[in-house]
Amino acid sequence: MNLWNTVLPYILSGISVGGQYALIAVGYTMVYGILRLINFAHGDVFMVAGLMMVYFAAAMPLYAAIPLMILLTVLLGFTIERVAYKPLRTAPRMSVMISAIGVSYLLQNLALYITGGLNKNYPEIPWISDKITVFGATTTRVTVITPFLTVVLVFALVFLINNTKIGMAMRAVSKDFETAELMGIRINNVISATFVIGTFLAAVGSLLFFSNYPGIVPTSGAMPGLKAFVAAVFGGIGSIPGAVVGAFIIGISESLIKGLDTILLTRGLIAEQMDFSTFSDAVTFVLLIVILVFKPTGLFGEKTTDKV
Amino acid sequence: MSEKKNVLRLDNITMQFGGVVAVDDLSMEVNEGEIVALIGPNGAGKTTAFNAITGVYEPTNGMVSFLGAPVVRNHPQGKMKKQYKGSNAEKFASDPVLNPTPDKLTALGMARTFQNIRLWKTQSVFDNVLIAKHMLRTSNFFSATFRGNRAEEEKQREEVLELLKIVGLEDVQHELATSLPYGKQRRLEIARALATKPKLLMLDEPAAGMNPQETDELTAFIGRIRSEFNMTILLIEHHMDLVMDISDRIYVIDFGKLIANGTPEVIQNDQRVIDAYLGVEDDA
Amino acid sequence: MIDKQATKRKNLISLIAVLAFLALVLALDQIIKPTSRMYMLLTVLQKGSVYALAAVSMNLLNGFTGLFSLGHAGFMLIGAYTYAIFSIPSDARDTVYQYFDAAVRISFPELLGNALGGFGTALGVLISVLLAGLVAAVFAYLIGLPVLRLKSDYLAIATLGFAEIIRAIFQWKKLGPVTNGSNLLKNFARCSTFKLELGGTTLSLSTFVPVLIATVCIAVIVLLVNSTYGRAFKAIRDDEVAAEAMGINLARHKMLSFCTSCFFAGVSGASMAMVLSIAQANNFKSAMTYEILLMVVLGGIGSISGSVIGAMLFISASEWWLRGLDSGTFLGINAPDVFRNGFRLVVFSIIIMIVVLFFRKGIMGDRELPEVLGNLLRRHASKPAVKEAQGNE
Repeated sequence: MNLWNTVLPYILSGISVGGQYALIAVGYTMVYGILRLINFAHGDVFMVAGLMMVYFAAAMPLYAAIPLMILLTVLLGFTIERVAYKPLRTAPRMSVMISAIGVSYLLQNLALYITGGLNKNYPEIPWISDKITVFGATTTRVTVITPFLTVVLVFALVFLINNTKIGMAMRAVSKDFETAELMGIRINNVISATFVIGTFLAAVGSLLFFSNYPGIVPTSGAMPGLKAFVAAVFGGIGSIPGAVVGAFIIGISESLIKGLDTILLTRGLIAEQMDFSTFSDAVTFVLLIVILVFKPTGLFGEKTTDKV
Repeated sequence: MSEKKNVLRLDNITMQFGGVVAVDDLSMEVNEGEIVALIGPNGAGKTTAFNAITGVYEPTNGMVSFLGAPVVRNHPQGKMKKQYKGSNAEKFASDPVLNPTPDKLTALGMARTFQNIRLWKTQSVFDNVLIAKHMLRTSNFFSATFRGNRAEEEKQREEVLELLKIVGLEDVQHELATSLPYGKQRRLEIARALATKPKLLMLDEPAAGMNPQETDELTAFIGRIRSEFNMTILLIEHHMDLVMDISDRIYVIDFGKLIANGTPEVIQNDQRVIDAYLGVEDDA
Repeated sequence: MIDKQATKRKNLISLIAVLAFLALVLALDQIIKPTSRMYMLLTVLQKGSVYALAAVSMNLLNGFTGLFSLGHAGFMLIGAYTYAIFSIPSDARDTVYQYFDAAVRISFPELLGNALGGFGTALGVLISVLLAGLVAAVFAYLIGLPVLRLKSDYLAIATLGFAEIIRAIFQWKKLGPVTNGSNLLKNFARCSTFKLELGGTTLSLSTFVPVLIATVCIAVIVLLVNSTYGRAFKAIRDDEVAAEAMGINLARHKMLSFCTSCFFAGVSGASMAMVLSIAQANNFKSAMTYEILLMVVLGGIGSISGSVIGAMLFISASEWWLRGLDSGTFLGINAPDVFRNGFRLVVFSIIIMIVVLFFRKGIMGDRELPEVLGNLLRRHASKPAVKEAQGNE
């Protein structure tokens, strides 16, 4: 077996996971760009979207369940912003971040209460959960379509931001909050729109992500959420293409670390299992710290200077 | 001027941001006991120059010497080597670069105030001045935590009280610093700078936002500080009355360049200065 | 001069209050038996003191120095493991390290206990605890070098990431001989075994020891916060640029605060291992950091007594008072369909959100308990006089 054949499955699944992270990361990066807030609750909204799907799919046909799930997730994102972040608009940034952590805590505990802490099986979605074979590697169809869907959605978003009035307002607000407000931009509408778009993408992301996993628990959103945020930082927070590139890099590194033992064993480079897969989550944060130390603004971030 | 000891000296200080030259080849000196003012219209580069001297910015080129020794020195490097638009690019190229953080310069004896008052807002008037004494401590982390520094702490507290009496703030010492009226906050900032026992006091637009009466009080206050502490003072200002009243010498910059220097009388009658302040009609 | 005497008197009162509290805990430790209904009080005191120390140490960083770090769980993990590894007696080692060949073959409590008796065991525990703090501080130094330069939220996410990396490293099979991989560490010197033989009677110390550790550490933090270094930390929090301009070396002071905070986080981790009798990396997730942060917020960022109160309330509410919400009956209302597993935490997180949104200063704001009590007493004392004056009219 040559190197390519050994590594390929991991790269493929890395690209797929990366695509899912990208959809969450865009929500982070947009919110950060505008509010300078790490929305710690975003990963939990993603988890709630997954849980809603579990319950809806049991009660109604998929063609009704999926739109309803997306709609309610978007509504949740909108409500969180209005209830938990808007009242703190003038408060120090730390307070808003704490509020986000509080929302995250609340969502997780609510999910724990409703599910009773049990692992909920994600519904099989026909067609996208089917097994297919790519370049001789067996995988599910969702793995293959995720990156394409991600790219399409992100292009649509970039188009929206560059060519519509609300997109222009978003760019203005992220450049300078106060001035944009003085110029008559309705800040609250722009922020709500940002949350709506962000949670919409997270809802789609959850559909793709959880199709690949056997089940959901209340903490399922925390780790993908954190990783997506790291992806956003990695690419340069505030930059949408940056978040996407960062997400793919993180998805692929994570997947490669998971397979590192197998790859090295089949290449005869190590004699026994080294259990590198323990570090599949940690590698994300190693990448984070490395980028923050060497290029604190991320791959595509803009440099800002503080005024004295 | 040569008989007096040189406290601060700037050689060819240039500060370039991207393609914009904010300060261009500025050289000046401040001698012991003098009050020297750096003036110029809005946006002339005064505060930038100030920040380049105090270590907040790295100057792109040039050298700052304090008490005869170089403390800040740089020459265009890296990307800036190609972009550099100022002069004297080669002058300091062979000397080692010196880029101390502001605290190192303060430790040497330069103390400053800020244009937009920056007091520690949750701290009392007394504590604001006391914290500035931290720099002069001889205790270490452990001896300070376990109160092995009682005597030093006592002494510092007495000095702070003394200082507050001199600047006339002892009656409000327990108040929150930010609850003071504007004029007193300025005075507190100056007291805080004095608490570090500086050899040079640097005031960044001390009269900014003040009405004429407050400005007059401040002028008298600065004069008193000079005589009381025998202090050398560098002042940045565009309030003309204040500057003309108390300065021994004045440097004027416009668009980052030095356009005149001399005593207040000389400056008042300098045509270029008048033009810079009042503007010249190009197509008259 | 009057000021000085008043301060001295205040310090003396505080000292007496603390000693009285410790004596009370020691007494409760003897009176309340594990079968008693009040035993929950001891559990709350044990866990509460662990979290109180963790919260205060986090407050030192987040509240007093203005460095928003979210790596606390990681440093507590380091502390818990360091303590556990160096306190497992030799005869228990092989049962604990079931799948590995234990690499660390020294147990301070055992070593010194054999040489010096009961006093030696206590000394050994103390050494292990201090070591736990020191190792956490060393890790803090190493991670602090690159990340302390980062601005607020970047620092938060970098330290959070660091805690996750630590958790992975401690679970790595290849380090099994030291950390026991993903298996838990147990059988080390722990609270339930702490006893004092005194003239024939045996005193239980299972609650007293963690409370004592927390009290001593918090007292040290109070001293630090009120020292010249503590004032410098507050200056950095209030205005970094002004602090640097007034000669405060930012890098050095941030590092000092970070390492000190992590030292005490490590100690609280050790204390947690003692209380829970186990140490397992998987318990130290970022959720733990969030909980500690919420305790700090509940008590008031920038108030040490606030953090202690916040932690105690948090633990009392979640472990004790709101327990009925999980088990069918609460305040006499019997509704097993609503009050089932997990409801307690939902109610609890709603309370937290209310505090975060509407009582942003928390219980204490940035004031301390003696100050607040003093004000209350004074107001109370002046009230009768007011009434009298009104009566005369």
